[in-house]
Amino acid sequence: MKAGHKFLLGAALIVGSVGFLIGEGVKETGVYFLTPAELAAKTAADPTFVENVGFKVGAKVVPGSVRRDNATRTIDFKVSDGVKTYPVTYRGLVPDTFTDANDIEVVVEGRLGRDGVIRATDVLAKCGSRYEAVPKA
Amino acid sequence: MTLLGQFALWAAFLLGLWAVAIGFSGRWRDRPELAATVVRSVYAVLGCLVVASLALWKGLVSHDFNIEYVAAYTSRNLPPYYVFSAFWAGQKGSLLFWAVVLSIFASLAQLLTPRRYADLMPYVAGVTSAVVAFFISVMLFGSNPFERLAFTPADGRGLNPQLQNVGMVIHPPMLYLGYISITIPFAFAIAALLSRRLDTGWIHAIRKWTLVSWLFLSIGITLGMWWAYVELGWGGYWAWDPVENASFLPWLTMTAFLHSVMIQEKRGMLKRWNLGLIVGTFLLSIFGTFITRSGVIASVHSFTQSNVGYFFLAFLVVVAVLSFTLLYTRWPLLEAEVRLESMLSREAAFLFNNLLLVGIAFSVLWGTLFPILSEAVRGTKITVGPPFFNRVNVPLGLLLLGLTGIGPLIAWRKASPANLRRQFIGPIASGSVTLVALLAAGVRDMYAVMAIALAGFVAGTITQEFYRGVRARRRMHGESVPVAFLRLIERNRRRYGGYIVHAGILIYFVAFAGMAFKVEREATLKPGESVELRSPFGHTYRFTHVGISQYEALNRVVSAATVQVSIDGKPAGLLTSEKRQHVDSFKRPTFEPSTEVGIRSGLREDLYMVFAGAVDGTEEAVYRFNVNPLVWWVWFGGFVLAFGGIVTMWPGGGPTMARSRPAQGGYGVSLVGAGKE
Repeated sequence: MKAGHKFLLGAALIVGSVGFLIGEGVKETGVYFLTPAELAAKTAADPTFVENVGFKVGAKVVPGSVRRDNATRTIDFKVSDGVKTYPVTYRGLVPDTFTDANDIEVVVEGRLGRDGVIRATDVLAKCGSRYEAVPKA
Repeated sequence: MTLLGQFALWAAFLLGLWAVAIGFSGRWRDRPELAATVVRSVYAVLGCLVVASLALWKGLVSHDFNIEYVAAYTSRNLPPYYVFSAFWAGQKGSLLFWAVVLSIFASLAQLLTPRRYADLMPYVAGVTSAVVAFFISVMLFGSNPFERLAFTPADGRGLNPQLQNVGMVIHPPMLYLGYISITIPFAFAIAALLSRRLDTGWIHAIRKWTLVSWLFLSIGITLGMWWAYVELGWGGYWAWDPVENASFLPWLTMTAFLHSVMIQEKRGMLKRWNLGLIVGTFLLSIFGTFITRSGVIASVHSFTQSNVGYFFLAFLVVVAVLSFTLLYTRWPLLEAEVRLESMLSREAAFLFNNLLLVGIAFSVLWGTLFPILSEAVRGTKITVGPPFFNRVNVPLGLLLLGLTGIGPLIAWRKASPANLRRQFIGPIASGSVTLVALLAAGVRDMYAVMAIALAGFVAGTITQEFYRGVRARRRMHGESVPVAFLRLIERNRRRYGGYIVHAGILIYFVAFAGMAFKVEREATLKPGESVELRSPFGHTYRFTHVGISQYEALNRVVSAATVQVSIDGKPAGLLTSEKRQHVDSFKRPTFEPSTEVGIRSGLREDLYMVFAGAVDGTEEAVYRFNVNPLVWWVWFGGFVLAFGGIVTMWPGGGPTMARSRPAQGGYGVSLVGAGKE
């Protein structure tokens, strides 16, 4: 076997494993990014979606809906895209940009409970022009 | 002043276009005076842009809030150094910063490049002028820093509190310098293609430039990690955020280039690949700017969303099409001079290193763009986050780390079994000892163990290289150990500077592995209450809440929460974290409240504390405590890496030296000694 061929074999191995790792990675760690309306459509089409599938929802916080309990570090609020509204509950610290003001966009990661409440595992808040990461709960 | 600035921008734009037209036309070939004017217009553009920059700085310093940019990013009570750095803190100003710095680099390239490349220079001027003119056009037609408001606000909005940090004063310009300086190697590559001078000449001409941009990118990325760590408050320094990825991508391909270019110099292989890498690196730097500015992908570090992104997208497409078309038309001229002789050769090790670096770059790009790709292809947006990037890149990164230890040990062309035995015994022993020590210490995280054991192997390689180099010098010149050590580095800066960079890389890997063991805890504490955290190094930290104090500073109202720290029962001082509400000079709040984390940094572990707020106006505080192992080593690794980079590119060790002293078997700079070892 010539060196060039051996090299091609090694190269194919590397390219193959990069491809494999990417494919597996997407399959194992990819999550849906939905609007509340899309989430409603998904759950209507596939009832097993509830409680079983993790997703992210991008929407606006309904002004005035935020209830904080600092003692237990729990925060409840509603998100809406103007079509559908979902209540959210999150235990953990929210970023500084998460406030009660108008026009706060959030990305909520979590699962939908049977009671129709989103149990968030992560909350990103975008205000004005910036997203900010939140500490993991 | 804005009128002057505006005028200077237009003048620079028109001069730039002229340089582009003449530079690319090639009509200067038989008319030296025309070639000279192209070069002179590069300097003229620089002059105009300096005037425009001074005009903007004048506006900032004199608090001319009628200028939209000044009102948006500064205020009367902003400390002077932040007023100064507000120049690049916002979108519009950073475009001007970019243009003026690129213009400086373009002029330096004209000034410093030796005469023997004179027939490339007007083409180089054409390419750099095209990029400068593009940036100016974005300002003139999309995002003008000299735009005036219809009214004059009494005070400006002030600088975003998260940008009020020393790291932020220097981190973006460092990254910009990295991004911007990539344009120079790119310009030489295009010039070489246009002029059909495709020997290694252009590669020698840009050697320093590629190192400069690689060095600035490295420093910029490390400072960015530091900024994220102290300002963003989520407890880590790298989150695979799209903007972070955007800075990492050109670094990866540039690192690949720095290695593969040695193969072209030594063996005349990989000519097409190298050109592709340079063009790719430049495209990735523009892509990074596009992501950062367009808001197409949500990020922690983004600028305001604006139409400016689409200027960059268009530019990206145009440059990609033109460059690759040009490369295609010159394809037959880029035939390799020799073929690969053996898998057991340094060439092969470098080829695999390149494939891995490009593979990592590809996976990062894929993950970053995946939300857009999945929506376009399947109609549903799917996102991937840190778990994806870690899953894919940790194994690839470990392979790469392994190659860092293997590459320098294998001879060029074909290694003999005896050579391999002699070279590998030491490093393998060093790696094995590290492995056994880790397992004996009870470390069980597989990736962390592999990373640190491989780092031990690489450390063995580097030590052995230095040891043998010093021993050889002692034998030949009878020098003492320190003298031999310093001369060794001085006489072969590229090779030993490269090893120092490798040392920096392995320190990074060990530090990254440390984060696998971080621990954290959230707690709500009344004054006097405490919480305990057991660290991976076996210490018990106890945090006792002291209280919350409130005070007003120059441009902010502060609530500061303080805890008493004790380590294994012994008191170890206080740690404070603040919640800040920034205000303008009329005490009106600006921006949302921001958090200032409390950090107690140590060689083994960092204490990291976030004050998240008080319970209903009482002194009961909500906290998050982290113990982050080995974080200090990330900053130290960055320092070592930068030092190695500087050694490598320090002036004086150029081709002339190499000619008189053929390289000692490794990375040596050599024009004539190629392939001798």
